[in-house]
Formats: sequence, structure tokens, C-alpha cells
Amino acid sequence: MKTKTVSSLFFVSAAFIISSCQKNVNSDAEKTGTVKISIKNTVKGNPMVLNTATYTNVHAEQYNISKFKYYLSNVSVTGNNILTPNGSYYLVDESNPATLSFSFDAPAGKYQSITFMLGVDSTRNVSGAQTGALDPLNDMFWTWNSGYIMAKMEGTSPQSAIVNNKVEYHIGGFAGVNNVTKNIGLSFPVPPAGALDIREGMTSEIFIEADFDKWWQGIFDLQISVNPAVTHPGALAKNISDNYSSMFSITEIKNY
Amino acid sequence: MIIFFCFAVLLSAILIGACKKNDTLIDEGPYNPTYTDLKIPSGWPAPPTDIFANNRLTEEGFLLGKKLFYDGRLSKDGNFPCASCHQQFAAFSTYDHDFSHGFNNTFTTRNAPALFNLAWMTRLHWDGGVNHIEVQPLAPINAVNEMGETTENVLNKLKADTEYPELFRLAFGSSEINSQRMLKALAQFMGSIISSNSKYDKVIRGEESFTAPEQNGYNLFKANCETCHKEPLFTDNSFRNNGLAVNPFLNDYGRMRITNDKNDSLKFKVPSLRNVMLTFPYMHDGRIYSIGSAIDHYRTGIITTQPTLDPLLVNRIALTNFEKNDLIYFLNTLTDTTMTRAARFAQ
Repeated sequence: MKTKTVSSLFFVSAAFIISSCQKNVNSDAEKTGTVKISIKNTVKGNPMVLNTATYTNVHAEQYNISKFKYYLSNVSVTGNNILTPNGSYYLVDESNPATLSFSFDAPAGKYQSITFMLGVDSTRNVSGAQTGALDPLNDMFWTWNSGYIMAKMEGTSPQSAIVNNKVEYHIGGFAGVNNVTKNIGLSFPVPPAGALDIREGMTSEIFIEADFDKWWQGIFDLQISVNPAVTHPGALAKNISDNYSSMFSITEIKNY
Repeated sequence: MIIFFCFAVLLSAILIGACKKNDTLIDEGPYNPTYTDLKIPSGWPAPPTDIFANNRLTEEGFLLGKKLFYDGRLSKDGNFPCASCHQQFAAFSTYDHDFSHGFNNTFTTRNAPALFNLAWMTRLHWDGGVNHIEVQPLAPINAVNEMGETTENVLNKLKADTEYPELFRLAFGSSEINSQRMLKALAQFMGSIISSNSKYDKVIRGEESFTAPEQNGYNLFKANCETCHKEPLFTDNSFRNNGLAVNPFLNDYGRMRITNDKNDSLKFKVPSLRNVMLTFPYMHDGRIYSIGSAIDHYRTGIITTQPTLDPLLVNRIALTNFEKNDLIYFLNTLTDTTMTRAARFAQ
């Protein structure tokens, strides 16, 4: 009997301790589920393969990709319950699978769309040394002209006349007319094709595709033979960001 | 039963421990930093932004920053600490060098600026490319013609050191060494260097008097130089073209490289004239070696055909030889040996 009391006391206290570990503990009234974002980087709909795959762009230029990285921030799902953005910054890096998905909690409910920023807001560009995804060690920060590289692609192409046939697009700039940060909004498929239905204790996974092929055209014809490298803020970087702002689409939603 | 109870307590302790590991810093000892404040000299304007807003000044952070500032390990081969180009006796500029020496017999491409009163500076570097004091050290550390290192390697060296982990703990609460902490510590040291005790300051405070030539020079200064070299900081922190010919070796167009705006062509940051006698040679590329020659540039050397020439300089600055001499007497009163000799800022 005594043993039973002690053991139940233990379990209660253990449960209490475990629950106190959780971050962002919500009030009892608010039920939350998990939103998981899964990113698939592609080229023309095919999964991106770094280094070895040769791609052809709309201008009939061949290229390969050795690096593909970009920042996502201010992520928020919108619906009956409007979620306040969680303030996290995510660096998506094709070479590191761990960066291709991330999760956050959201109130239970049905949602119609997701919004996020492709890039890093201006405040974080002018507030000194940052850490985590924004650590300058991530090689996405310009030391000579303070600010983040919002999106980065590197590779090679026979059509590039610069050293080692390099292709290098480091797209950044957070101020004025050449601000390259992009607020992206994507609507979820409507039922029965799919819907984001966040339920307590459940996970809703949003599969997002990012098609690199969109970088080459749209607002601006980006040709390797003309612009093999863009590595500072300016009108060219802005044009490329206008192109790539259309690279995201939602391919699937799973609630489980 | 007792055994079970002990097991329960032990398990709870493990759970609490696991919790702590994830959520809070591991307790490595007491953390009682000595908080300090930047002392604004009386009569000075408040800094335009608080550079320590997210970096509370502490004595421990300052001392860590000072150790880093003087540590050669921040450079690739150990020979180029921050202090190699920023010498205290030269008001933290490079004494008598147009360009500073970098790793592997290289030269910098601009004259090393003096470091003081940085808390009043919203943009750093001659072209204003750096927008916060905390991120400034990333530039020289990673530049192949300066310290020639990578931030990552510097951190590896600091982590392997026997002293730094404890110094980081004293400054930041745990022995973790990361780029943000290193940069914040450096900012605490550099941002705390204030120059406010020159003869000029003493005269303004009523503690000393100018000689007649110094007073005449001060009057001439106020009439001819004050707009750009605004008191009490002796700079308005603006970017201006003062009519220098383009150096064909460098083709340095200054601020235009940062803004991509042709209206900013050939504009450079107005440097403070405090400690000006120690910061020669002058201009962004150190092309002018003496203070007399610098004044002569404004009297007769300005190229008046450059479209972006500062409107204040289109007629150059008319000064007689006599006036020039008195102006130099005044500029001599801006030397602050209290700062250049302060043990607090010394290695």
C-alpha cells in the first residue's frame, strides 16, 4: 500500500517535472498541435542533386549547383486562429538534410494559408552580432557591407567566362529600393484535396517545394553568359529576388 | 520501499538534470558580473543609438574584449592582433603608415581609422559599410590582406586555450565560446574608449585657457571647419567628397560601393579631428603626410570639377599662412594623452 502511494507520488511528480520542461506551455483553454514544414528543393520539379547533376536553364545554358542556401523567417499559418509568428530564423541548406524541415506549435484549428519571409528582416541586419541560424559562421553574412545574404546559389557553367567557370549568386540587401526580402504567401489546397487541420497532440505537415529553375526568368532574364556572378546588393540582386519569389509551392498537406 | 523511494528521487533528479541541460545553462560557478555604464562626458550629446543596447557593459566583458583586442591569435599567423593596426599611442590608428601591414606581406587598401568615441558612430569604415560595432571585427579577421584568418579558426583557438573559457564564463555566464560572445566582448572594449580630456576639453570645461594663437586657431576652425568636423566629436559622421584625385592603383570610389548610388561617388566618412596630430598620414588612403599639407589641400588642392564635390568646398578654403599656423596650434590642443596613455586601454 505504502509502495503504491510512493510510486504514484513518483509518477505524478515525474509527470509534473516532464511537463515543466516543455517550452511555450499554453493555458489549458488553448489546445495546440505541431506544424511541420518540409522543404524539397527541386529543379523543374525534379529533386535537386548537388554537384553531379547538369541542368539546363530557359536560356539553353548548362550548369550545376554546388551550394543552395536561403533564409526563411517570420513563419506563420493563417486561418480562424491567426498565429503570431514565432520569431525563429531558419537557414535552409540543401547540403544539410537536417535543415530541410522544422516544426513549431500552433493553436488547434483549420488554416487556409502560410506566410513567411524569404530572407532576414532589416532589424536583424542592423542589430549587431547574432547567433543560431544567423551566426556569421554560417557564411551568409557580408563583412564589408553589413547584412545577410538572403539566398545563395553557387555552381559552375560552361557559359560562365569568369574564373573556373563559376556561377555565384549571393543575393542580399535589406534597405531601400533594392531590398530583396520577400514576403511569401501560399494558400493551402481546399478539401477534399487537402487542408491544414491542426489538432491537439497531432502533427500537420506542410510539404513545400522550392524550384530553383524559377531563378532564371520571370521579372528578369538571368543569363549566365551575361551575369555569371552577382555578389552585392543592387538592382541586379533585386531583379533576381523578384524572379525567385515565385519558386515556392505547396505540394501536399498531411495531418497525422 | 526505501530503495524504491531512492530510485524515484534519483530518477527525478535525472529528469530535472535533463531538463536543465536543454533549457538553462549548466551551472559552472557563480556569475556575478560587475555592471558598468558608458560615461558620457558632460556637455556631449547622447549617442545617436545605444551600441550596448543588447550587450550590457560589464567589467568582465570589457576585460575579455581587451584581451581579445591584443591577442595575435585572432590572426592567421599570430602576428596581427587588432592592436597591430590600432596602436594606443597613435589614438588607436596606425602610426606613420599610409596603409597598414597585413598577413603575408600585404597592405591594406585604406588608412586605418583611429578608434575612440565609437559609441557616437552609427556607421563604421571609411565607406560606412559596417552598420554595427559588433560586426566590425568580422571584416579585418577574415580579410586576406589584414588578419588573414577565419572566424571559425579564431573560435577554435580560443576554445583550445586554457584561460579563455573561464573569461567567457565570467563575462557571459557560461564557458561557451561563440562568435556572438567574442564580438560582443570586443565591442565592449572598443566602444568604451572615450577621448574627452584634451587641452581643448579642459578649456571648454574652464580648467585651462588657450594661448592667443590657439584661440585664434579655434576661431578660424569654427569659421571654416566646424560644419563637417562638428564639436564636440569633431565629426558629423557624414560622407563627403573633399576633392581628392582618384588613386589609379586603388580606384576607390568610397561610399558608392556600398550604396550603388553615383551621387555617393568619391565620398568618404568625415574623420574626427580629435588626436589629429597622432593620426597622420591623412585621408582615406593616407596620401597626405603632414597636417600642414592637409590644410594646404583645402586651401589650394581641392579638385573643383568633380560632380560630387561637397558644396562647402567648391571655393576651397581661404586661409593665409599666418592663419594656417594658428589653426595648427589649435589642432594641437585636440591631442588627448589621457586616453593614449591610459592603463585601462593598454595591453
